[in-house]
Order: sequence, then C-alpha cells, then structure tokens
Amino acid sequence: MSSPYLIFFLIFSVYPILFSLTLVFHRWNIISPMKFVGLENISYLIHDPLFWKSITNTFYFLLIHIPLQVVLALVLANALNRKMRGMTFFRASFFLPVVISGVVVTILWKSLYSTETGLLNNLLIHLGLFKIPWLTSVHWAMPSIAIMATWKNVGLYTVFFLAGLQGIPRHLYDAAELDGASAFQQFIHITVPILNPVVLMVVILSTINGFNLFIEPYVTTGGGPVNSTLSVVLYIYRQAFSFYKMGYAATLGFSLAMIIFIVTLIQKRVLEKDM
Amino acid sequence: MNKILLGKIVHYLLLLIGALSFLYPFIWMVSATLKPENEIANLSLIPSHITFDSYRAVFDKIPIVRSFLNSLFVSSAITASVLVFSSMVGYAMTFLSFRGKNLIFYIMLFTMMIPFQITLIPTYILIVKLGLADSYLALILPFMVSAFGIFLFKQYFSSIPRDLIDAARIDGSSEVMILFRVIWPNAFPALVTVGIITFLTTWNEVLWPLIVIREQSMMTMPQMVTLFAIGGSAESQQGVILASAMLLAIPVIIIYIFFQRYFIESMASSGVKG
Repeated sequence: MSSPYLIFFLIFSVYPILFSLTLVFHRWNIISPMKFVGLENISYLIHDPLFWKSITNTFYFLLIHIPLQVVLALVLANALNRKMRGMTFFRASFFLPVVISGVVVTILWKSLYSTETGLLNNLLIHLGLFKIPWLTSVHWAMPSIAIMATWKNVGLYTVFFLAGLQGIPRHLYDAAELDGASAFQQFIHITVPILNPVVLMVVILSTINGFNLFIEPYVTTGGGPVNSTLSVVLYIYRQAFSFYKMGYAATLGFSLAMIIFIVTLIQKRVLEKDM
Repeated sequence: MNKILLGKIVHYLLLLIGALSFLYPFIWMVSATLKPENEIANLSLIPSHITFDSYRAVFDKIPIVRSFLNSLFVSSAITASVLVFSSMVGYAMTFLSFRGKNLIFYIMLFTMMIPFQITLIPTYILIVKLGLADSYLALILPFMVSAFGIFLFKQYFSSIPRDLIDAARIDGSSEVMILFRVIWPNAFPALVTVGIITFLTTWNEVLWPLIVIREQSMMTMPQMVTLFAIGGSAESQQGVILASAMLLAIPVIIIYIFFQRYFIESMASSGVKG
C-alpha cells in the first residue's frame, strides 16, 4: 500500500531534483535544444546584482518581520491566556487573516496603503500628521510589506505561543510569587525560557516564509520601486517564465534552498545556545 | 474587588483593540465594495447609498464563476486524493511490516525538507512535456500525495489499538477494507486536520496556477483575481478590484465562521502554514 507514495516520489521528487541539478549546468529556453555551459550559470549568479539585491531585500524584510512577529504574537498570546469569557471570539478574530488567501490580504492592504486615497494615510491626515508613501518609496516599500505579512501570519504564531503558555505548570508562578518576583520578572525568568522552543519554531517558519515571499510584491509593487521589493522567488519566476532562462532559474532555486538551509541552521544554533 | 473589575475591563479593552485591528480592514473592505467608487476614500463606513455596481462589473469583466468552479473542483480532487493515498501509506507504515519500511520513512523525511524552489521548474517542464499545460491534471497531479499527510496519519494511527485490526483480519477483511471500514471511522480528528489543511493550502495556492495555466477558462479563482488586480481589465477601479477579492474571500470566511475551532486546532497542531 506504499506504492502510490513511491511512484509519486519518483515522478515528483527524484526526477525533478536530478533534472534541476542538470539544468544548473545548461542553458535552455525549453524550445531549442539544451546547451551544456559548465559553470557559466553559477559565475553569472555570483556577479548578478539583482540576485544579491533580492537576497538583501529579504534580509531587510526579515529584520523587521521577525521581531515584530515574535513580540506581537507573545503579547496577544498572553492576553488570550486568561480564563475569561469571549476568548474564543478573540482567538478566532486574530486567526482570521491566517486562513484568508494571501491574494485577498495583499489586494486589501494595497488599498489601505494607497498614498492619495488609502485609509491609513487618510487616518494620518485626520490626526494632523503627514502622508507616508507606503508602497511608492524605496525606503518604505519593504517595511510596508513586512507589516502586512506580520498582520497576516501573527494569529498562527499567537496560537503556537498560547499552546506553549498553557503548558507551563501553574506552581512555578506561585513559587516565584512567594519569593516576591514581579509579574515582569516572572515573564522574563519563567515564561520566556520555557517558550524558547516555540520562539525557535516561529523564527524558522517566519524565515522560510520570508524567503518564499512572492504574491505580496507581485501584487502590490511588482518588485519596485527600483527593485526595492524584488524577492528571490519573484526573481526566479521572472527568469523562468518571462525570459525562459530555465538553466539560470534552476541555479537560483538551488542557491535559494542552500541559503534557507544555512540561515535556519545558524538561527537554530544561536537560539538554542542563547537560553 | 474593584481593582480586579477594573483590571478585567482594561484587559477586555486591549483584546478588543487587538480584535478590531484584524477585523476592521475586512469590514472596511465590505463597505468599500458596496460604495460608489468616488466614496471609497472616505473614512466613513456607511455609503451614501448601497450599490452593487462593483460586483456587477466583476461578473461582467471576468469569468469569475467559472474560476470558482475550477478552484472548487481542483481543491476537492486534491483533498480527496490526499486523504485516500496518504492514509493508505500511513496505514501501511503503521500496521504492515514489509521490506524497506524504514527506508521509505527516511525518504519521506527527506521529501518534506526539499524546498519547492528546487522542484518548481523541473515539475513545470514535466507538465509541459506530458502535454498537460492548461489542464486540470496540471493543477492536481503534483499535489496528489502529501508526505505531511502521511506523517500525520501515521502518528494518529499509532494510537489506534492493534486488536481492532487483528479482529477485522480474522473476520477475513482485506487491508483496504480495514482501512476504510475500521480505521477511518476511528480517525476522524486526523482526517479533519489533513482535510482542512490540504483544502486550504490548495484553495489559496497561486504561484503554481500562474505557472501552468495561461488559458482564462482554466484559471483558478486566486489566480484570476490576482491577474485581474494587476492587469488592465479592472481599469484601476478600487471598488471593482476589492469586490473580486471579496468574492474570493467569502467562501473561506463562511466555512471559517462555522468551523473556526477545527481550523485553528488543525493548524496549531500541525505547525504548518496555510
């Protein structure tokens, strides 16, 4: 009864990986025959400013997205962790953007972010402040996308943290209270260390998420202004399906996978040692 | 006593602000799609008069109903296939002993770690070479078995007592019959979890359809709405674009309102993103 899986595995995992590896050393536009080019794709990649731009863009995204995500999810999870009425409703409303298609969220936020007619800028003007060029400025576009992505995913991570919080034995806090620890001290010395594995999971999932950014820049900015929101997957998509450079796109895919692997490995080392 | 009450009120206020920051944008979106185009920028949620012009324009300009049916068919087919095949493999991995079982287990672990960026392009080429571009099979075939589903089933099946299976075997049931008649009725939570996650991820998937489908009549709903939003046919009318997004959101919102507990628990227990 394992045969469906094995057949599937051969066709949709083994074959693509081997074929992808072959593509790395070839130039191919699907129509004309494949041409062996050795390491040309790799050397092109090393000198490709747009590839490195897309990588630094992603790190910029993660720098804003991860801390925001972890802090907000922790705050929301703590707020939900009380025996009070209505918690199901609040949990469900925090979680709503998680189940809604990224396309909907992106279209919605593109409207909210609109410089002239958007709700956010209207609100800022109403409060006597100034307009922010959310998606049209090189400096603001990526942070805006990071805020949007946080809004979409934070409910999921809140639920992870909530499960973690509910697993902490009550008597630890009682003992700390007897010893005269303040609520904040209890949070820092009991809650945070116990939740560390969850933090690690949230950081790694957010990182993978960040490297896979596609629909958000595709719909809101098209990678602009001046490539400031060009993501790696968007770049791969263009190389493969606008320019039909299959060999180079495969090279980009492999490099991205390697980078994700290395970055998450480093995060794991640092976070596990940290606490 | 008063201090406790005050604390409760402050706590509720904070929760309410949190809930509003997630719900308000959706409420605003509903209101924007029912307003005349020139009122969308107003802060007020209430339109001067309610109009369905934006929705009418969506139905006029793109075959959105067709794309909804496409999405429904593709997501249902994938979900059914994942439930059947993944539970079959999960069953074999839990209750049968055969050569190479451990090997298959490690292969599965490995599959789950391969990022899609590596397989994306070769899979696309495979679909093109098989002549399947612009077909339902292009959308369904690559997602019919899920290593994640197998894992979840395997984990859940381990908690089902072996006696159940032994008894059924003595009665002369075949393994396939045991799976569907004995195991499935006892594995409801696992079926719900795998079902919800599979359906939601495939319903929301947009990159893959963008790659393998070019013909409008074959497009999935998120794909069609995406292309409508960035393409020219909406003539940059905010209300019309938002209305198309709203139509995409409505089915999921309706199901979510009724089954939110299952959605949240499924996704929280699996640790994956939809």
